[in-house]
Amino acid sequence: MALDALVFQAVNGLASASGLFLVAAGLSIIFGVTRIVNMAHGSFYMFGLYIAVTVADRLPSPFDFWGGVLVAVALTALIGALVELVLLRRIYRAPELYQLLATFALMLVMNDAALWLWGPEDQLGPRAAGLTGTVELLGRRLPDYDIFLALAGPAVLLGLNRLLTRSRFGRLIRAATQDREMVAALGVNEAVLFTAVFALGAGIAGLGGALQMPREPASLTLDLAVLGDAFVVVVIGGMGSIRGAYVAAVIVAQVKALCIALGTVELGGLAFNMSKLTLVAEFLVMALVLVVRPHGLFGRPAPATRIHASAVEAPLVPLGPGGRGAALAAIALFAAMPLIGDSFAYAPVLAQDVLIAVLFAASLHFIMGPGGMASFGHAAYFGLGAYGAAYAFLTLGVSTPAALVLGPAIAGLGAVVFGWFSVRLEGVYFAMLTLAFAQIVWSIVFQWEEVTGGSNGLFGVWPEGVLESPTGFYLASFALVLAGVLVLRRLAFSPFGHALRAARDSALRAQASGIDIARVRWLAFIIAGTLCGLAGTLFAFAKGSISPEAISVGRSIDALVMVLLGGVQSLLGPLFGASAFTLLQDTVMRETAYWRALLGALMIAVVLLFPGGIAGGLSDIAARLRRAAGRP
Amino acid sequence: MTRLATPAPWRLRRTNTGAKWVDAASSRYSLAHTGDPMPPAAPILARTTLTCITRAFATLESQRRPAMRRSFLPRGPILRAALGPLCAVALALGLPVTGARAAEPIRIGEMNSYKAQPAFLAPYRKGMELAVDQINAAGGIGGRPLELIIRDDGGNPGDAIRVAEELITREKVDVLAGTFLSHVGLAVAGFADKRKVFFLAAEPLTDKITWSDGNRYTFRLRPSTYMQVAMLMPAAVEKKAKRWAIVYPNYEYGQSAAATFKEKLKAAQPDVEFVAEQATPLGKLDAGPVVQALADARPDAVFNVLFGPDLAKFVREMNAREALKDTFFVSLLSGEPEYLDPLKGEAPVGWVVTGYPWYDIPTPAHQAFLDAYQKAYGEPPRLGSIVGYTAITSLAAGLKKAGSTDPEKLVAAFEGLDVVGPFGPFQYRASDHQATMGAFVGPIGLKDGMGVMLDPVYVDGLSVLPSDDEVKKLRPAAR
Amino acid sequence: MIAPVLQVEQLAKSYGGVRALDGVSFDIRPGELLALIGPNGAGKSTCFNIVNGQLRPDAGTVRILGRDATGLPPRAIARLGVGRTFQIAAVFGSMTVVENVQIAWLAAHRTVFAFWNPLANRHRAEALELLEQTGMAELADRPAASLAYGDVKRLELAVALAGNPKLLLMDEPTAGMSTAERGALIALVKALTTERGLAVLFTEHSMDVVFGHADRVIVLARGRLIADGSVDAVRADPKVREVYLGSGLASGERR
Repeated sequence: MALDALVFQAVNGLASASGLFLVAAGLSIIFGVTRIVNMAHGSFYMFGLYIAVTVADRLPSPFDFWGGVLVAVALTALIGALVELVLLRRIYRAPELYQLLATFALMLVMNDAALWLWGPEDQLGPRAAGLTGTVELLGRRLPDYDIFLALAGPAVLLGLNRLLTRSRFGRLIRAATQDREMVAALGVNEAVLFTAVFALGAGIAGLGGALQMPREPASLTLDLAVLGDAFVVVVIGGMGSIRGAYVAAVIVAQVKALCIALGTVELGGLAFNMSKLTLVAEFLVMALVLVVRPHGLFGRPAPATRIHASAVEAPLVPLGPGGRGAALAAIALFAAMPLIGDSFAYAPVLAQDVLIAVLFAASLHFIMGPGGMASFGHAAYFGLGAYGAAYAFLTLGVSTPAALVLGPAIAGLGAVVFGWFSVRLEGVYFAMLTLAFAQIVWSIVFQWEEVTGGSNGLFGVWPEGVLESPTGFYLASFALVLAGVLVLRRLAFSPFGHALRAARDSALRAQASGIDIARVRWLAFIIAGTLCGLAGTLFAFAKGSISPEAISVGRSIDALVMVLLGGVQSLLGPLFGASAFTLLQDTVMRETAYWRALLGALMIAVVLLFPGGIAGGLSDIAARLRRAAGRP
Repeated sequence: MTRLATPAPWRLRRTNTGAKWVDAASSRYSLAHTGDPMPPAAPILARTTLTCITRAFATLESQRRPAMRRSFLPRGPILRAALGPLCAVALALGLPVTGARAAEPIRIGEMNSYKAQPAFLAPYRKGMELAVDQINAAGGIGGRPLELIIRDDGGNPGDAIRVAEELITREKVDVLAGTFLSHVGLAVAGFADKRKVFFLAAEPLTDKITWSDGNRYTFRLRPSTYMQVAMLMPAAVEKKAKRWAIVYPNYEYGQSAAATFKEKLKAAQPDVEFVAEQATPLGKLDAGPVVQALADARPDAVFNVLFGPDLAKFVREMNAREALKDTFFVSLLSGEPEYLDPLKGEAPVGWVVTGYPWYDIPTPAHQAFLDAYQKAYGEPPRLGSIVGYTAITSLAAGLKKAGSTDPEKLVAAFEGLDVVGPFGPFQYRASDHQATMGAFVGPIGLKDGMGVMLDPVYVDGLSVLPSDDEVKKLRPAAR
Repeated sequence: MIAPVLQVEQLAKSYGGVRALDGVSFDIRPGELLALIGPNGAGKSTCFNIVNGQLRPDAGTVRILGRDATGLPPRAIARLGVGRTFQIAAVFGSMTVVENVQIAWLAAHRTVFAFWNPLANRHRAEALELLEQTGMAELADRPAASLAYGDVKRLELAVALAGNPKLLLMDEPTAGMSTAERGALIALVKALTTERGLAVLFTEHSMDVVFGHADRVIVLARGRLIADGSVDAVRADPKVREVYLGSGLASGERR
């Protein structure tokens, strides 16, 4: 590999870095001020590119490109402001992360809106007028536009810096980043500030998208593809640090460019294609950075944010007679499903999926609710369980029951390793490290053809013996899921569960009382991982196959959505959330071509009507009914 | 006439009369009498006669306009608004609706990643619906109309298996068809094998579905990755280039295409040297560095497997950098309108590609299809349209040959089944259940500012498939 | 002479060249209520946080009940028999009052890794007794998050006492309370000190509280210990008067 080739690739990397930085900067500003994990951020980027292409197609050259970019920025900022005013403003007081659910739902809606507006085919926009030439560098040709882009990142960085340090608006943003309560106490109109910040963030995302017009077509997969990158860059740089985001973007882009430049390398007689690493390079960097620096490169420990009084979880109370009756009825219904199946043949099939989702969600809830640790990579343990069981079953030839034990064990083992690193981190950093680990597991599974079947996965994982009949397997899953849910419930009421809550409620107080927070959290993480692995194992046998999607970011987000939809503050929340999510998805997928938008709209409705999730909504209704009946 | 309206794929609920169901998505009424075990004899006679008369048309690909197009977007609202209530009233009054009780439809459960792959599957769906309309207009199969029940498979195997279960248990479909993504196709194939259900995998390309993971109940229509690569080999070998580079999306499709290409080229041209190999993350190609890395390797020729947005990015970047300008390219699938059209005037001239030049296939079979399709939808077909149309045509042929919807009989009928599609006649091989439908190969050129395939040549699938004996060794799992 | 519960010797700590603490030494004996005061920036918080384990000193030693505790993390300090309250009272908001004390009791007895029997059945009687002592028994089953701030402070005291500590560290125990509440709380602490033979180190802004209740006072200024003695002796100390008058003792007294 010639040195000049490496240097040239480093220059290439700077253009890519600017692209990454522009997506990340908006996300960072929005999170810094509003603490919203904006899942719809990639959608603004995607809209930016679509709008720019659409406008550019209707304008004469040389105004096409630049006009498109301007309109895209203005419109995405406007959409951002509207979203904040209409949707987010109503849910700032909801428990933390509910904004995540709302913005995720928004992403679904926006994706279908793009499909409706622009159709399914990719749309390639014009190149930038005045920047279509190349310059010669190191005997190679570098497009003018790459140079422009490489400079655009630092320019936006400087502009934002100026805005943040020199203007009153900027000073307010910085103050709000450090202490939201303080800004509110100073009499600043928080609402206007938040709207402005959201519009600014969305506009920068739109700019990032629009500036990609000469390099890639607008397509419907951009939103999710970009979202992951944006999070990675923001977290490596340190949440809220714009400068950090730029440095992180440069690092990620350079690492990728290096992997591509190196191509196939020989190491001790083994040829390894480095370009394959680009699948996961950013996540490897992120995991490394977070393990060494828990708050990213330029991040500082977040100031302890006081949780809003209304958001504090109520103490645990055992179910009353009514609740116990309802629970028993639900258990009886699930147990009787194979009998119902005679008249409604599909019911047991759906019930099987509901059961798996319930255990998946309940295991996440255990660390996310009582533990206060929102994992963005819970699917890793689902996948480890599924793949572990499938591999043991297919290749090692163990029996189905043995595989049902081995799968969770392997997931548990994964949780032992990843948990040890993760539980030392707080909040979003914990979330992102778990995500990084999940992506690393995903990429290994995705590429390790011999063991995992690569991108296709493993097939023929059908249960044998007594479990071969659908009814037999259903009943076995039901028993295992019920046991798992009951164990988690029991744990929540136990001293261990309370220690976990204690660590969440006040880490300082818990430590001062002698609770070993890291160990409590680690053990909780392992328990959750193991039970999630059981869910994954059941999934593999129920579907007869397992593919890398089971570990994908989307799957992890599904789990988060189920927990939030059901209500993170209630032990019953994940059960409601998982059931509702599975049933809803199954139904809407048949209803309409625009089922994602419908699903998103329903989720937004839940968030707006019941900010405490379904469980919170139900208990509100129950309380109101009791009051109406004159009972205390 | 069996039905006053065509079956609606997205439907809400079925009333328990069994005689009527309501399609909530488009508020259309259909009068397929799905619950009646013994259709009255008289209409059957009438229908059989009709079938005889129209059968010729059916096999020649009827040019008649479909009775009504099916789509989620309601079309022809006035007609529907008038017909729907009318029939509902007729039913409510217990009046006999002519032919409504004629025959139980043959139910095809079709599942695909409509949401995940809309660009390919929207035309695919139109192709299917066109074929169903034509077949039903011609009297159906053995007097029974075809009914499509379409589902989104969620784009992942987990949801797909649930959807397959739903189609079988609740919708009581007779056959399963569809899927686009390889891993979804493989999962459904495994399910079909387990549950002994007939499954026609329409789109997935993976070699595994007919070879290493092939099974008794699964057949595949579209030419596989292996076949498509093999179709490009003559052009690649003829070039006698020494230094080759490969760029492919980093998942099984790209990996197996690259592996097949290397193996075949090495066999044909032992002195070939592979100087660069870029495996890029699907949908997230870092085009600048990748193009540069390939150019730095100074290849004489490049084998490209990228498609979709990645392809567009790659081509853009090549143009912007003026890189690899004089390098010879062979490229998989790039001639399919789905992937070629978005490149507009920037289509990479001179690349030898596999694809579907709908504008340049002067056979009567294809012309008939093209006319019918454009008449029905007012737009040119894509490759997806061909696959969808031919999948239904295949099922119809198989069902007719089997004379039954019994999976075992269907499997027997499909082994060696001859089908005539828009690309002409082809066969489902008994040895590996792969259809021998081919694809077109040719270099890309520009015409009226759009990329087209120049002088496309149809390559028969059979000519690029391994022999039956070789294939037997490749199918360990099939019984 | 009774052995000291806490011995601090020659503590030093710098932040980027600025000496926040410089050779500070003091000790506390059982039954003693020791106030740590000083103007803002004198090094109170630094000193306090080194003793409770949140900060690690550059030099010097901390001995608790004769054991070297220098640089131990907060949890290890807690296990040596040290209870603690915070300037902004910290309790477990999602639990009831009695559960707060129960979990603290279990933590102190190293039995939180118990997975089966619910917390509700464990050591409730002991917890209620502690609540009785701090005047919170009536509110035992209320959610901690619903308490008035004064009650939260009392609950935190009960939680801190659940480990039956020998040393109690209180960071501004009366901050944010009304004058009446302050008096009541500090009187309660004083009573517990005597009753249990507890040693208490507290920092405090309110001079009323310090001079009205402390047994002994130590004064920090610019990182050095400038006075250590009885309330009267410290009050009369010219060095203390100088430091405070220079930086507003009068205002401190009026607060």
